[in-house]
Amino acid sequence: MIKVSGLSKDYGARRAVHNLSFHANKGEIVGFLGPNGAGKTTTMRILTGYMPPSDGEVIVAGYDVVEESLEVRKRVGYLPETVPLYTDMTAFDYLKYMGELRRVPDVLDRVDEVLDMVGLLDRAQGYIGNLSKGMRQRVGLAQALLHEPEVLILDEPTIGLDPGQVVEIRELIRNIGKEKTVLLSTHLLNEAQNLCDRVLIINKGKIVAEDTTENLQARLLGAERVVIKVRGDGDGLSETIKEVKGVRKIETLKDGAVEFEFASGKDLRPEVAKQVITSGYDLLELRTMGMSLEEIFLELTGNDKK
Amino acid sequence: MNNIWTIAKREYDNYFSSPLAYVVLLAMLLPLGIYFTLILLFTSQNALMGGGSAPNTLQINWLFIFLMVFLAPAITMRLISDEARMGTLELMLTAPVKDFEFVAGKWLGAMLFILTAAVITLVYPLVLNNFVSPGIDWKMVIASYIGLILVSSAMLALGVGISAMFSNQFAAFFVTLGLFFFLWFFVNMPVSLLPSGGEILNYLSLSYHFSENINQGNVTLAGIVYYLSLTALGLFVGTSAIEIRRWR
Repeated sequence: MIKVSGLSKDYGARRAVHNLSFHANKGEIVGFLGPNGAGKTTTMRILTGYMPPSDGEVIVAGYDVVEESLEVRKRVGYLPETVPLYTDMTAFDYLKYMGELRRVPDVLDRVDEVLDMVGLLDRAQGYIGNLSKGMRQRVGLAQALLHEPEVLILDEPTIGLDPGQVVEIRELIRNIGKEKTVLLSTHLLNEAQNLCDRVLIINKGKIVAEDTTENLQARLLGAERVVIKVRGDGDGLSETIKEVKGVRKIETLKDGAVEFEFASGKDLRPEVAKQVITSGYDLLELRTMGMSLEEIFLELTGNDKK
Repeated sequence: MNNIWTIAKREYDNYFSSPLAYVVLLAMLLPLGIYFTLILLFTSQNALMGGGSAPNTLQINWLFIFLMVFLAPAITMRLISDEARMGTLELMLTAPVKDFEFVAGKWLGAMLFILTAAVITLVYPLVLNNFVSPGIDWKMVIASYIGLILVSSAMLALGVGISAMFSNQFAAFFVTLGLFFFLWFFVNMPVSLLPSGGEILNYLSLSYHFSENINQGNVTLAGIVYYLSLTALGLFVGTSAIEIRRWR
């Protein structure tokens, strides 16, 4: 659905995007992560036909963004970073106008439908200029969904929304992502983690990592870290765990719990559990500590955010 | 074509949702109304004294066009520049709308607005027709309105073209105003000083074809070609400015 190969974009002498290649399939939500100025918005603008690339090939919904820009634009729903709204129109009129430009059949019914989807049906006749930031964001999202696009490109879709709305909009995106291709950029790492099937981490115009969040964790850690807790103060627990072959970096925590790790791919949790129980402890908890996407992000993008 | 019409319709509605439209209409129609009253007064006085010529409304259309030199930049200044400022241009340029359709839609919206004003001014020849026996020369009136539409079309297209080059509506206003001043007042100023070649400068003047020919009932091919060329030039400049924005 989206296929990008060797994409580069220059702004004068500055190269904003450097030889980017990636793809996104139907029924997949791909997250685009990176620090400010990494080239996320530029890449998205190229994908939507807003601007041509300096080099490389971009195919969206089966069409080349340069050669068949209008065909691409018919099939893409786009929510830019600064939500583009005519503040002097009502939400309903704005969506009707966009629907007419996009030749949406039964446009009036469809406008009601998308307003309902984003929870704004009761504000349909309100002027966009009088809506709150979160509501405007939702009008922008409604605009992107209006023509039931095959590909949805969302630049920071949940920015400015309150927590309740964030949950609703994420649910909406997740549902859309089941049948369509969604590419979304975000700086909220937990959003990428719980919404995206796959994450692309981009820094200084280059992709520095591309994988599922789980695989990224495993790849970066090279080891899995586990916390174990037993009833009582856990005296001698670390010595007991040390007896299991392959366990390393054992550390006793303040509450008596013990943290240890083993090489990833070789799950030692059953052995450790067996050892702890046969040594007479009452096992209360045994859990792996995943590396957060924050840590992965910092690891991959260097010191930019530190 | 559909897209041009959709965009034009929105622009037209949008004019009437802002005070600008009413200010422009007032600035246009008030002087025209005063002028018309004066025409009626003078001709009736002359007639009472047994002299003077039959009144006509051609001078009113000339004043309409003259006021357009100042008002057209106000009508067109924000058409595209404001979309760039608000970020909605990104929306338009990622919608399945050709750059030309976008620019032409904006121009057509402004044209419809000016046509509305022009239709209101039809009241003057209609009223005058009742006072003059055997009625006014409608062929002259029709020629005059053809000219009015042609000149407006050229001015609004140039205005839209310039608006596409800026993200600040006031910059667009002053550049458009400057261009109209040049084309109206200055371009054929040196004609009387030149031994020859004055016709070329007259040809380039925004007012010449209208004042000297079309508004005298003489709809010349040169005049039509001139105003339509300026319209095409304005729309071309606008479309090119949008394309350049994409590449920047």
